[in-house]
Amino acid sequence: MWHGRTVLYDARVNRSHWYWLLLVPIVLPLLTFVYNGLEPRLFGFPLFYWLQLSFVLLGSVCCWIVYVRTKS
Amino acid sequence: MSVQLGIFTALFVLVAALGFVAARWRRPASMHHLDEWGLGGRNFGGWVTWFLIGGDLYTAYTFIAVPALMYAAGAAGFFAMPYTVITYPIVFLPLLRLWSVSHKHGFVTPADFVRARFGSPILALLVAITGIVATMPYIALQLVGIEAVLKAMGVGGDLPLIIAFAILAAYTYQSGLRAPALIAFVKDTLIYIVIIAAVLVIPHELGGWGAIFGAAQAKFEPKGAFLLSSNNQLQYLTLAFGSSLALFLYPHSMTGVLASKNRDIIKRNMAALPAYSLLLGLIALLGYMAIAAGIKPEHGDASTIVPLLFDKMFSPWFAGVAFAAVGIGALVPAAIMSIAAANLFTRNIYVEFLRKDASHADQAKISKLASLVVKFGALAFILAMNPRYAIDLQLIGGVIILQTLPSVALGLYTRRFHKAGLIAGWVAGMLAGLWMLYTVPNPATHHAHFGGSAFNLSHLGGPDVTIYAGFVAVIVNVLVAALGTMIAHAAKLPDGVDATQGPDYHVDR
Repeated sequence: MWHGRTVLYDARVNRSHWYWLLLVPIVLPLLTFVYNGLEPRLFGFPLFYWLQLSFVLLGSVCCWIVYVRTKS
Repeated sequence: MSVQLGIFTALFVLVAALGFVAARWRRPASMHHLDEWGLGGRNFGGWVTWFLIGGDLYTAYTFIAVPALMYAAGAAGFFAMPYTVITYPIVFLPLLRLWSVSHKHGFVTPADFVRARFGSPILALLVAITGIVATMPYIALQLVGIEAVLKAMGVGGDLPLIIAFAILAAYTYQSGLRAPALIAFVKDTLIYIVIIAAVLVIPHELGGWGAIFGAAQAKFEPKGAFLLSSNNQLQYLTLAFGSSLALFLYPHSMTGVLASKNRDIIKRNMAALPAYSLLLGLIALLGYMAIAAGIKPEHGDASTIVPLLFDKMFSPWFAGVAFAAVGIGALVPAAIMSIAAANLFTRNIYVEFLRKDASHADQAKISKLASLVVKFGALAFILAMNPRYAIDLQLIGGVIILQTLPSVALGLYTRRFHKAGLIAGWVAGMLAGLWMLYTVPNPATHHAHFGGSAFNLSHLGGPDVTIYAGFVAVIVNVLVAALGTMIAHAAKLPDGVDATQGPDYHVDR
């Protein structure tokens, strides 16, 4: 134990239903059949490459929504 | 001295100076406490945490190895994308619990948590040793990153590498976690500039993205490697999933998390850190750019392709900036990893078994010395042995660090495992993982064993399909831990005392 710590308790205690949103960017990038193809292409990128890159944005947006909805 | 080497040296000297100045950044009252030396005061805000964790997870080795894998293996190398996408939503909640309980109890390492949660110094020792063993080759690989860019600039011999590492060791010793935190600002700024320039300039010179993917398709399509095949899809997704579980079990990742000020900063970073994942995806595509640009690896060593690509496509001064970005990119994680390994040694071996009454100042002193030992150990390793072994060991490192998952990650949620069950699970997971890795050959390097992490299920009488060895090993681990727990309870074996309480996992500041 260390002295001088301020201790507050989070009233909502991880019960928010918003946390379920985190499942979307966990499950979708693991479904290889969704993106394992060449067409349609985007800016010269085959589907396999552009779709997986765009999942980054999806993951970030989902985490951001959860953060905003659950911040103390 | 060439323009490249001049710019590289100038930037290297700049960050070395920053490393020493860092001791006075955010002025601590005293450095003689692990919370200060090892965790930078446990008070980093959103930006510092973003740079620190980003600089920590996306290492120089990543910048060299991921494109090298794409260059050599095609689509399978792109697993880094799903891996870094799913990591943050997966660890979002566990990291909050870990931060809270560590804040409440003053934990510095993951093994500290295990010690308190399960009341077992032996289990904590296993977690600590696993962490140290998994981290050492990772540090050694950072040296491979520096070596690759030094070679590209025509600098040979061991001396430059030794000097670079000695400087790193000196400022880490003096400034602790503040040094990599401050240097990470420079490192990541350089990396972002270089990669943004690369994705703007190089495709333009090579005739566009269509031409780049066309060249890669021409190379890989005959082998069926431009997309995933039916026998490596399972490997692709289990490797991505297993690696994402492993990432935050590495002690250095936790160091970055525990150094942050409060829970909201961690949450915000889970949304902001994917910016680095996007960067990593673009970096991976450097491998395809190298194919389109007709780059041939030196001595068949694919880790040379990124430096060669920069050398060919950029002007000499900007290539110097790019090389500096990779070189400095090695320093930040190497510093944090050595601090994390040193903290494990101090807290969970030295204090636990050798000197129970060590004061905070003693602990900080031991950690500083241990960080030197760790770094020079990694250096000696690289100088004495073929870097190929570092890569093999790093592969093993990922599999073995996963074996701490039941105690550390599941332990954050449940106390139902018996300490004896967890120890049995760890042993079983380790043996299973090492055996599976042993069965994997690497035809490219003529290695009969430890040639990769893709375990072929035909070894178990299954179909000719590969799966990530670490993923199978951790399942074995959890099953044995559960079974061992039932046996331990039935035999009425005494269990450890849990020093934590439910509300501890929700504490905030």
